[in-house]
Parts: sequence; C-alpha cells; structure tokens
Amino acid sequence: MSVETVVIVGAGQAGYQTAASLRQKGFTGTITLVNGEAGLPYQRPPLSKAYLLGKLDASRLPLRQGSWYTDQRVELIHDEAVSVDRHDGVVVLRSGTRLRYDHLVLATGARNRTLEIPGSDVPEVIGMRSQADADRLAPLVVPGTRVVVVGAGFIGLEFASVAAHRGASVHVLDLADRPMARAVSEPVSRFFQDRHQSWGVTFGFGEGVTRIKETEGHVTAVVTTTGRVLPADLVVYGIGVLPNAEIAREAGLRVDNGIVVNADLLTSDPDISAIGDAACFPCAQLGYAPTRLESVQNAADQARHVAARLIGATADGYGGLAWFWSDQGDLKLQIAGLADGYEDIVELPVADEDTQKFVLCFRGDELASVETVNLPGEHMSARRLLSGASALPTPSDARSPGFDLTAWGRAIREPASTA
Amino acid sequence: MKVTFILQDQTARVVDAEPGWSLMEVAVNNSIPGIDADCGGAAACATCHVYVDSQWDEQTGERTPLEQAMLDNSFEVRDNSRLSCQIDVTEDLDGMVVEVADS
Repeated sequence: MSVETVVIVGAGQAGYQTAASLRQKGFTGTITLVNGEAGLPYQRPPLSKAYLLGKLDASRLPLRQGSWYTDQRVELIHDEAVSVDRHDGVVVLRSGTRLRYDHLVLATGARNRTLEIPGSDVPEVIGMRSQADADRLAPLVVPGTRVVVVGAGFIGLEFASVAAHRGASVHVLDLADRPMARAVSEPVSRFFQDRHQSWGVTFGFGEGVTRIKETEGHVTAVVTTTGRVLPADLVVYGIGVLPNAEIAREAGLRVDNGIVVNADLLTSDPDISAIGDAACFPCAQLGYAPTRLESVQNAADQARHVAARLIGATADGYGGLAWFWSDQGDLKLQIAGLADGYEDIVELPVADEDTQKFVLCFRGDELASVETVNLPGEHMSARRLLSGASALPTPSDARSPGFDLTAWGRAIREPASTA
Repeated sequence: MKVTFILQDQTARVVDAEPGWSLMEVAVNNSIPGIDADCGGAAACATCHVYVDSQWDEQTGERTPLEQAMLDNSFEVRDNSRLSCQIDVTEDLDGMVVEVADS
C-alpha cells in the first residue's frame, strides 16, 4: 500500500524536518504535524545561547514562519497525542480528535530529568528545555545574582557562560569529575573548565545537590552532597533527559532507552518510525550498538532518512555521521563523530592555545571523533573524513611530525597523480 | 525589496526580503530548496551555502573568518561562495541574485 497520509507526532527539529523533507522530495499526500507546545515549531539550540543573551529575539526562533506551513500544505495541529490505535492506524489526541495515518512518525523528543529533592518545587529552580523556560530565566539572570548550576553538560555550561557574562556569580556542580564528561575527552573538559574559571565560574566536581533551602518561596541556598551550603538566588539544572516513549510503550512498541528502531528507523511496527531524541537506533559508528543521541544533526538527518524511505528513495540503513556544537562565551566547541569508549587521544598543535583546541579520539586504531574549539575548518574536514569511505589516520599517523588532518583528507580526495 | 535565488535546477525564485534578517532567514522563510540551515545560523553546518552574483560582491561584504574556515573545507566551493547565514540583508542588496549551492 502506498503511503498517502503521514502523521508526525512532535514538532521539534525532527518532526519539522520530516515534513519539510517529505515536501522537498515531492511527497504529495497529507502531512499532519502534531505540536504539543504553543506557537510555531522553533529552534532549541539558541535558547541557552544567543536567545538568553538577548542577541536573538523571539521572532527569529521559529524554524519556519507560519506561512510556510500553509504554502507547503503541512497541517500544524496544536494538541497532544495521547495514544496510538495501531489496529485502525489512528493517533488519538487530547482533544479527542482522531488522526488516521498510513505512516506514523514518532518524533516525540525528550523531557528534562528533574531535580527530585526537597525544595526543588520553588519557582527559581528551573530546568532549561523550552522557550518558556528561557523566558522565565532571562529576567532572573542579572548582575549580582547568585546562581548554582546543577549539571556540567552542554546546557549547564552554556547557561553558566551566559550568566557569568551577564554579571551573575556562578557555581557549577556535577557528580562526575570533570565537565561534559559524557561528551568530550578529558583535555577538552579541562580546557573548558579553565576557560570558565577565567570568566569567574567556580566548580564543584564529585558533588551533587541534596536540598534547596528556601524562605517564603524563594531560593536562599543549595545544600550539596558533600555538606556544603552554597548561598543562591537561582538554581538551574541540566542533568540529562528522558525520552518521551510512553505513547510508544502503551501502543505495545518496543521501548528500551527510547523507542527502539531498526537500521531503517522503523519501530517494531512497520507503519511506525521513530526519530530524534526519542529513538534508540543501531548506530553505524558504534558497531550498530543501540544508541540514543540528543542533537540537531541526529534529529534532522534521521528525519531526512525517513522522508526518503517514505517516498521510496532509499535502500541503505541510516548512517548519518553524528556531529555536535556548543557555544560557550567566545568558544565554539564542535565534535565530529562519537568519542564513546575512546582509548587513545592525540592532541594536535593550535595557533592560539587560549582559545583553540584540537583533539583526535581513537577506539583502538580507529579514529572515533574529532573535537575542536574555534577551528571550524578543521571540524568540517573531520566531518568529510569521517563520513567518507577513505582511509582514516591511525594514532601513529596523527603523532607523526607535521601531521595535518585537512591535508590528509585532501590527499585522499585528490591523489597526487593529477600533477 | 527583492532577492532572486537561482535554484539547483536553474529556475529563478524572486522573493521579498526585509532588512534586518539574514539572507539565510530570507531563504528559509520563503521555502528555498537547498537552504537547510540545520544549525539555525550559528555558522556550524554549512547547509546554507550560496554563490553571490559578482555584481553584488561589494555590498555583501567580506567572509567572516569563521565562515572562511568553514568554506575552506566545504563541498563545491567557488570564489563567490558565501554562507548565507553570515550575510545581513540591507537596502543595498535590493535586487541581488544568488545561486543555491549544490551541497
């Protein structure tokens, strides 16, 4: 049966991109995009960066303007999907509306893990996820505000850099022993720690939060797992996310660290795909280990893959190269590939050691990821290199004097025989 | 004011542009195919690559260092390549023509 009606649940980056790519590839059937949030689908990355700094106003957050949805015949519904009737091929919405589908794309995203400790229900304890969260935070971050950031991941550190630059005093806590421990290699962690400290941010590692003290509904202090009492006016947490997989589980689909999909991003029901933050997929770069990634790249590339499959234009499984970025102060961190389980690293020389960093991570002899700071060109060449089928440098190649990653990639692409 | 995008199939699309937005935003607001702009204008992804018609070189200004580094390592780069997220639309650009890159 050919697919005439596609319903997409979730209107974040993944859901939006599915609709956009379907139309771009010539799909002429019905597309319905179910948006559980108010307003137009919008970009999340700027929320903890430019938007919070006031450099990007709200009118620029939407992924596309309202007219786009009309022009592209994408029906945007503001409602919440509550269940899936797989037998009849119907998504049921909170309002009672029933949407029939030929194919269903679950792009339900993730929600913040919350601080479940005494005092965390005070209004000045805020997790960063939505535009509404950023709007609540912005007026609270003023010179002199004492902020405790719980979690030294991308979001926590992005927020910390913004708050420090806006004159707040910022203390960051994390149970791990270094910042961004799950995402980057140790030298890059230490580099960011140093830079944040130069902006006045202080850190407590191996330290979590046990209690938030309040007076008359306002935060006064944070009590840590090591017994310290940190005076605070504001607590911002970024301690990971939980995939929104309940609707899939209740529909009888396989769920294990997200909605489980195969290499083609199909769930255990061939009429239902799952993509983006909510999906757990066999990751080609990690030997097809079940993997769930939280990134714009992953959301957008998986959306394109599903759109191509739905119009019958793809044969291979999903194999998009993972890449990430994070803007903190004057530092642009970019990661190509996945460092998971790296065993060896090679640091390459940079022109300015205060603002740049260049680290290759290896699993065995295999180049797993390339981490750069303020080296966008090197990041792009790393992406080209890791996306291609060509020979990758080994640790000993990378350690040889004068090794140049960009030149390596170029030599592979343009063999010297052209001379 | 108007901007013309030459699409990858060589057809032209003339769209209204408003000063204050980036050329990338003008493109996405007008559903120009080939301008994906995954990173939303952070100069992190190179999916908003265009070729600026030589007549409009001066008005669009120089590549930023970040943009230069991205373009040095992108696909199908020409002398007139720009990342459209790094071009601010001003009145001076009324009538300009850009071609959407095939990358």
